Amino acid sequence: MSETNNCSPSLLRGLWALTVRELKKWLKDPVMVLMLVLQPLIWMGLLGKSMNLNAIFSINSFSYLEMPDIYIPGSLLKPPVSGTLVIPGSLIAQQLQQMFSDVGARIMQASFGVTDYFSYMAVGMVSMIVVMTTMFTGFSIVWDRRLGFLNKIISTPVSRAAIIFSKILNATLRAVFQATVILALAYLLGLQLSPKFTPFNLLGIYAAIFLVSVGLSSIFIAFSLRTTRMERPMQIINLIMMPLMFASNIFFPISLMPDWMQAVAKVNPLSYLTDAVRELTILPPDGSVLMLDFAYLGIFAVILSAIGIVLSWKYLTK
Amino acid sequence: MNDEVIIAEELTKVFNKSLVAVDHISFRVKSGEIFGFLGPNGAGKTTTISMLITVLRPTEGTASVLGYDIVRQANDVRKVIGVVPQEYTADEDLTGYENIMLCADLYGIPREIAKKRALELLEMVELTQFKDKRVETYSGGMRRRLELACGLINRPKVLFLDEPTLGLDVQTRTATWNYIHKLKEEYGMTIFMTTHYLEEADALCDRIAIIDKGRIVSIGTPRELKDSLGGDIITISIKESVDVSELIRGVAHVKDVKKENGSYRIKAEFGEVTAPLIIEALRKGGYTVTRLSLTEPTLNEVYLEYTGRTLRDSEESKEAIRMQRMILRRARGG
Repeated sequence: MSETNNCSPSLLRGLWALTVRELKKWLKDPVMVLMLVLQPLIWMGLLGKSMNLNAIFSINSFSYLEMPDIYIPGSLLKPPVSGTLVIPGSLIAQQLQQMFSDVGARIMQASFGVTDYFSYMAVGMVSMIVVMTTMFTGFSIVWDRRLGFLNKIISTPVSRAAIIFSKILNATLRAVFQATVILALAYLLGLQLSPKFTPFNLLGIYAAIFLVSVGLSSIFIAFSLRTTRMERPMQIINLIMMPLMFASNIFFPISLMPDWMQAVAKVNPLSYLTDAVRELTILPPDGSVLMLDFAYLGIFAVILSAIGIVLSWKYLTK
Repeated sequence: MNDEVIIAEELTKVFNKSLVAVDHISFRVKSGEIFGFLGPNGAGKTTTISMLITVLRPTEGTASVLGYDIVRQANDVRKVIGVVPQEYTADEDLTGYENIMLCADLYGIPREIAKKRALELLEMVELTQFKDKRVETYSGGMRRRLELACGLINRPKVLFLDEPTLGLDVQTRTATWNYIHKLKEEYGMTIFMTTHYLEEADALCDRIAIIDKGRIVSIGTPRELKDSLGGDIITISIKESVDVSELIRGVAHVKDVKKENGSYRIKAEFGEVTAPLIIEALRKGGYTVTRLSLTEPTLNEVYLEYTGRTLRDSEESKEAIRMQRMILRRARGG
């Protein structure tokens, strides 16, 4: 009975074990999954459907328009004719409505890229769910620490990297899953996909989500590990959630924002995530724009995860 | 060399540059013994164990486990030790079996071996019939046993038990002691444990270090510690409020007299003989003895002797203990 195992667990084995643990926990708590999906769903349903910008510019908004008939004496026409020319008011109204609609659609097209606001913001909800999911997952390490689980795994020979990466991987997997749910729901609620959309685009979407999740979760895990108060990560989520969302193109195009806000939105990774997802769903994809988005997200992920992993590493090996 | 499994030299941990939790302690744990750290809450027991199991880095001093340095060869230490923390760390959402297998994965034990061992261990701690139930549904005693099983999955040569029966009722506590005894016999492990229960230290430990305010105040077998008191303890109260310490000290076999809380705590050899002599002497002096008790030394007496208070005194309400742990954990950054 005295044989001992001197085998060291491989990084992958440890990573796998810890990730599976998290996923099992996750699947055993479907309510949490539902709650997280619910919030963007409510935003999408209420805000996306009520802030119906395209309706403002559409024929419907002028359906009550009543124009008087216009009488033009024949003598004013060139060449003059006898009698009176009558242009029916309804015809004018119709023409005006048509013109307005065309202009409206162009305005929508020019500023939002699509003529349908719901599609525009529904895609933005993907970014929202990604941020929420990654942060809440990062938060779970606070519990692991509180309950002594973290100390227990630190006292095993499992690779420290496996401890950190399992959390990051878990956050990413959850974000991808939740984003898929949101996209599916948005589609059911009337999201209009670009005719050029193919299921392959999903891979691009997942790649973008992966980059953002990795960056955000690494930094958030490092922060959660070091905080001494449980409430802190929650406060941080609350504090940065709104600015992150509104100072981005989730709800409104950056080009129409005041300069100072544009400056913020242009460094906000959510702008690039949202943009990339839009390109890959509702817009006809533009290669160069996508390249820029992915380049930015890539740099973001590398820098934040480097900082996050170094900080977590220091904590775990202190 | 191989005889001393744990060697600690001047081990020190200071939190936040000011809170000295462990203050230059040195001790050696021999192969195959159960070594206990006995002391009140906040004495530095958990901090010491945390350093030994490589979770905390000592501020000063060194320690080694099976010859591996706890800082420089931390990963080697981790492979040969088993840890049963004082908290219930098993994942509530997983089943008992899943929890053990998770531990096995963390140690990198090949799956086939791990499965066999997990079932064996579950059998040993009598959890076989609950192995597929979520830990959420387990009682405190069952969780404790599951923690024990998890700590053994890698067949450790040294097992660390941090307050193994904290918060358990008397019956479950006795049952847990039996498991620990069984472990020692079956696996021939060296066990390092902390406790603030005297009976536990007395019942389980081969040797005990009494720790108080981060320092080891005495170390030895329970017998040695009791003997070191130099005899029995006679406690006596008199009606008159005069100090009669000197008078008592004059009685044969009396080695020491301490006046505390209005009574005299007398250390004497052959207590049964000495007690009547003391009464006699006091009566001759015109004093009236109102109360007398004679006890053979227990660890409580030993503890009192070395720390100046009883463990009972320092045992606060559960809430206070929890608060204190919270504060300490915060300081530890854990």
